[in-house]
Formats: sequence, C-alpha cells, structure tokens
Amino acid sequence: MHPAPSVIAFTTLSGLGFGLMVFLGLGEPAVTGWTAFWFFLISHALAVGGLLASTFHLGHPERALKAFSQWQTSWLSREAWAAVAALLTMGLYAAAAVFLGTRIAALGLIGAALSLATVFTTSMIYAQLKTVPRWNQVLTPLHFLTASLAGGALLAGQIMPAAVLLLLAGMVQLGHWRVGDARFSEAGHTLASATGLGQPGRVRAFEPPHTGPNYLLREMGFAVGRKHARKLRILAALFGYALPIALILAPGAGHLLGGLAVLSHLAGMLASRWLFFAEAEHVMGLYYGLRGQHP
Amino acid sequence: MTQLPTQTNAKLGLVIDLDTCVGCHACVIACKGWNTETYGAPLSDQDPYGAEPSGTFLNRVHSFEITPETGAAQLVHFPKSCLHCEDAPCVTVCPTGASYKRVEDGIVLVNEADCIGCGLCAWACPYGAREMDAAAGVMKKCTLCIDRIYNENLPPEDREPACVRTCPAGARHFGDLADPDSEVSLLVAARGGVDLMPEQGTKPVNKYLPPRPKDRLEETDILAPFLEPVAETPQGFLGWLDRALDRL
Repeated sequence: MHPAPSVIAFTTLSGLGFGLMVFLGLGEPAVTGWTAFWFFLISHALAVGGLLASTFHLGHPERALKAFSQWQTSWLSREAWAAVAALLTMGLYAAAAVFLGTRIAALGLIGAALSLATVFTTSMIYAQLKTVPRWNQVLTPLHFLTASLAGGALLAGQIMPAAVLLLLAGMVQLGHWRVGDARFSEAGHTLASATGLGQPGRVRAFEPPHTGPNYLLREMGFAVGRKHARKLRILAALFGYALPIALILAPGAGHLLGGLAVLSHLAGMLASRWLFFAEAEHVMGLYYGLRGQHP
Repeated sequence: MTQLPTQTNAKLGLVIDLDTCVGCHACVIACKGWNTETYGAPLSDQDPYGAEPSGTFLNRVHSFEITPETGAAQLVHFPKSCLHCEDAPCVTVCPTGASYKRVEDGIVLVNEADCIGCGLCAWACPYGAREMDAAAGVMKKCTLCIDRIYNENLPPEDREPACVRTCPAGARHFGDLADPDSEVSLLVAARGGVDLMPEQGTKPVNKYLPPRPKDRLEETDILAPFLEPVAETPQGFLGWLDRALDRL
C-alpha cells in the first residue's frame, strides 16, 4: 500500500495526542492551571493536527462533514464521531482544569474512554480490510492501542507506566510483524483463485492492461523501498521502544532525557507506520503479478 | 445509505467468456468512450501524449499465461471491471453514503456529489475495480452503463453496456443473474462459470467462463516426403567455385 505521508503523520501524531488525553483524563498527572494548559495544548495540537493532516489526502475535503453520516457501517465515519466527541469532552475537561482550577473526574474518565475509542476506530479502518491480509488481524487494533497508550504515558511523564506500556507495545509490534508476514499466504489468495484459471495449470501474469502505471498500482501496488524493510524494522524497534525505555529508566533521568525519549519514540513510530503501509500487500496486486516481490 | 440491501429485485451483471475473448481491448475503449461523456465526471487522462501517460479506466484487460503439466502454454485475455458483488465491501466502508447498491437491480454506484475522495472503497475492493479520478477527485467505477440499459432514447439493441455492445468476439454477455432461466444464467450453468477470489466472501454477481481445453492436433506433416534435404555439398560450377575459394 502507498505510504502517504499525510496518513502516516495522521495516525502517528493523533495516536500520540489521544494517548496523552487518556492519561490527562485519568488524572495522571492531575494538572490544573498553566501546567494543565501546556499539557492540553500539546494533546489537542497533536490530535487535531493529525486529523487535519488526514484531510489532505481527500479528493474533496470541503465535503468532509458528510463523513459523519454512515456510522452504522463505516469505521471511518465512526472515527469521525469518536474523534469529535473525544476532542469536545476533553476540551471541556481542559477548560475546567485550566480556567476554573478544578478537575471534573467523571468528565475526564469519559474523555479518556472516548480518546481510546478514537484510536480503536482508526485501527479498525485498517483491520477490517480483508483485501490487505497483513492488516486484517487482531494485533492491528492492539498495536494501535498499545502504541498510543505507550506514547501517551511517555508524554504524560508517567515513568513506570510508560516503561511497562512501551515494553508491551514493543512486543505487540513484533507480534504484528511476525503474524503479518504469514497472513497473505494463510488467507489463501493466489493468482489462481483471483482469476479462476488454476485448473488447467500454473497461472502467470503475462501482460498488464496498460504499459503505463495507474491509480491502482500507485495506491495499492507500492513496492519501492521494501528492500530496507528489515533494517527499518530494527530501527523502529530500537528507537520506538527500546531506547525510550532505557532513557526514562536511566538513573536521574530528568526532562532532557524524557524529551529525548519522546523524540526517539516519535521517530521509531514514524518508521513503524511507514512500514505498516509499505509492507502491506493488497490482494488486487495478484492481477498485476505483484505477489512474491516481498523479500 | 451504505447499508447493503438484504435482497435485490434483480442481479444485473456480466458474464465474461474467457474462451472467446481475443484480447482486443475494444471493450476498454468503448467503456471509456461512453462513460467519459455521460454519467458523472469524465474519465480523465494525465499526460496522455507525454512520457508517462496514465488515466482512469473502469474496465481493463489483463493477459495471463497458463502452463499445463504437459503441452503448450495457453494465453488467456482477462477483462476485469466491477463485479457488482452481493456483499460489496466497498459500499459498507464508505463514510458518506456516496457508495450504494441499488435494490431494484443490484447495481453498485457512486453518488459523486457525496464522494469525498478518501479512497477507502478502492482499498476495500479485492478486484481493483474502483479508480479515483485524478482530475475530479472522486471515485469512478463501472455503472453497468445504467444510462444505456434503461435508456428509451436508444434503439433496443443498444440498451446494454457499451462493452457488451462493442465486443466483436461475443465474449461479453449482460443479463439478470438472479433469474435462473435468463440467458446469462443458463450460460453460467452450461459452462461452469466461476467467481473471482471466492475466499473474500464478496459473492460477485459477474461470472467468468473458464477457457475450454485446447484441441490437440496430431503431429502430421503431409509435405515431409516431398521435401528432400538440400544437398550439403555443392556440385558442378558452384562446387568448383567453392573448392577454388577454399584454396585461396
């Protein structure tokens, strides 16, 4: 799948932002006044910034409001509702904390739940797609949720929860790669099943329909750069999970090491999200003889 | 609405005969020609006369090679367009309700005025049947030529999809696959029509008729006895010339 920068930025940044909102909503840290202002500014900027980035890949962003209508069937529509509900609830909670100096605990809990629900709906947009076997697995929502919570804990300065969640998220990440690598063949999609031509013998894509590229190949036949997949996985695991744990657990770690841990985690997550798209193979590629180019 | 109807009154669709298709791509051109000037946004081209031409097509013809255990390989031309699935995953993922499946005939359509161009429906389609138009920013797909099949301004013989009407080999058939006595249903039953990627659970309406086994001609060459091998060594004058030149 084409790793569109807008979607990578959206899922990574909004994941972090909503993760931070979960912890702010739970009152960890229980901040009010100016401290609260900065915390909520960061969480809302990340979440809203991510959402705005996601509208850049729309063909008609001016019709985005219509996306609220089909929540009964569409995870993308549900995501829109969850995101707005979470942002509004946490906005109220933040206003009370910043301007009135009081934390409305119940509102925070609801906001935390809605934030988590938003991340879940985002993950389900990918996990629901049978056409991309690598995404179509239980670990996809788990990966999004654990990564978001780990990043949120890191930003919220919750050392021990962050360390535990980073470890957990790292393990889910490894599992997602491992299970994902086998998903396509397990699902049983072959050129023979795609064409129904398997009966007389071995099928091979002989000629594509056109000599040039097309939307389908650009969007779903992405294969460039997969040769670096292994190295990028190591970098993602290292910077996204291992290094932040080491940095925050280092004796006497202060704001500087904490900040470095956040930056390292963000860099690792961007690499991880790039791989999430670049490594994902769409079954449509079978018709173009693309299957099997993956190392 | 992106909720799929529990049942449709008809299942209009195509039956494509892979035994007959000659791979001429006339259906591709007829489709592009008709659909670029009627229903919805035109099917645009980018850099059409340049180094890297690219464009929107609702129907594309692939070619596949089948290599049997014994005997010669066989080339199969394979037109592919929207299969108007009964359980269409492209419809349910649409956040705006732009994608829908019609109750009256089962045709899957896009209301372009509601499409935000998010591209999720193209991701959800296993067949690569939906293409985002780069100029209009909306999703395009086969409409089964909805503006032909019910069009009373056209003569009756033209009231079928442009691809079917134009196919010079008669490899494309259009009809109601819900009616077991329709010509297309009888054809599917007689020739063992198949679904593409049945494991995706989309229940496609369009069916593909597999190529028939090829005839095998016996190895006979009736001219062989009359074709004696040409003498290797030249005789007479040419022979002398050959020897003389060798000696030089």
